[in-house]
Amino acid sequence: MGLIARHLEGLGYPTTSLSSAWSITASANPPRAAFLNYPLGHTAGRPNDLDGQTTIVRSALELLHSADTPGVVVPLEHRWPEEWRAKARTLSDNRTERHDTPQYQLPADELAAANSG
Amino acid sequence: MPQLPPHELDVVDHIEQTRDSYSQLGYEPYRWALETEPPPFVAPTKPLAESRVALIGSGGVYHVGQVAFHHKDDTSHRRIPVDADIADLRTSHFAYDMTSARIDPNVVFPLDPLRRLVDEGVIGELAPQALAFMGGIYSQRRLREELIPALVTDIEAIEPDVILLVPV
Repeated sequence: MGLIARHLEGLGYPTTSLSSAWSITASANPPRAAFLNYPLGHTAGRPNDLDGQTTIVRSALELLHSADTPGVVVPLEHRWPEEWRAKARTLSDNRTERHDTPQYQLPADELAAANSG
Repeated sequence: MPQLPPHELDVVDHIEQTRDSYSQLGYEPYRWALETEPPPFVAPTKPLAESRVALIGSGGVYHVGQVAFHHKDDTSHRRIPVDADIADLRTSHFAYDMTSARIDPNVVFPLDPLRRLVDEGVIGELAPQALAFMGGIYSQRRLREELIPALVTDIEAIEPDVILLVPV
């Protein structure tokens, strides 16, 4: 996503990114990023926590006006309440097999897509 | 050198994790983008409260009625109506744990938080469509030649003042 941010900014659009993967974001070097130290899959917050999600999204947007260094990554204050790093640091491969056909969340979605033509 | 995290954050190094996991499995190393030149940096011309905001997310979100992503370097994207009911959003992605995203897609595609910020007057309005794709594209060439031009075409059509990017 960092490459996309750089490209869009280069076209004149101010961009701001959220990130939960410091090394990936710092390496791709987007114009501005707010870093949320949460397990992957929660870049904008915890499920069913609209208040927390809104605060996080607002922080990322406010960087558009407060950041003054290209490439800055700003850590947010939010802390995930449970221990999660040990599992994230276990070597594993949780990726699913890479099929080249659409992978629907629900079987009914496939029918809905077919009906939408 | 990429910027290092503050030590006290104790961040998980996802590049190192992925490299070590792949190596253990005998896969070729994934080549992460490394951009050593400073990024372009454009100052917004309006206050947030007057700005039109566009959302782009890479969590593999699609709307019911749309075709889901396939998992072999799918470089397509989906246009999500910005007034979509969050209950009509789904996720399809090969590389991250979608448990939370399937309970509440806002965790990777924060439409409800953005709509609340409009209601509160923090941001002016949302662009009529949010854009969703599936990150983890292995080919940077295909990213540059296929996905980015398609996103740019849509972004130009919805004319945002600023863009929020939510990777996974």
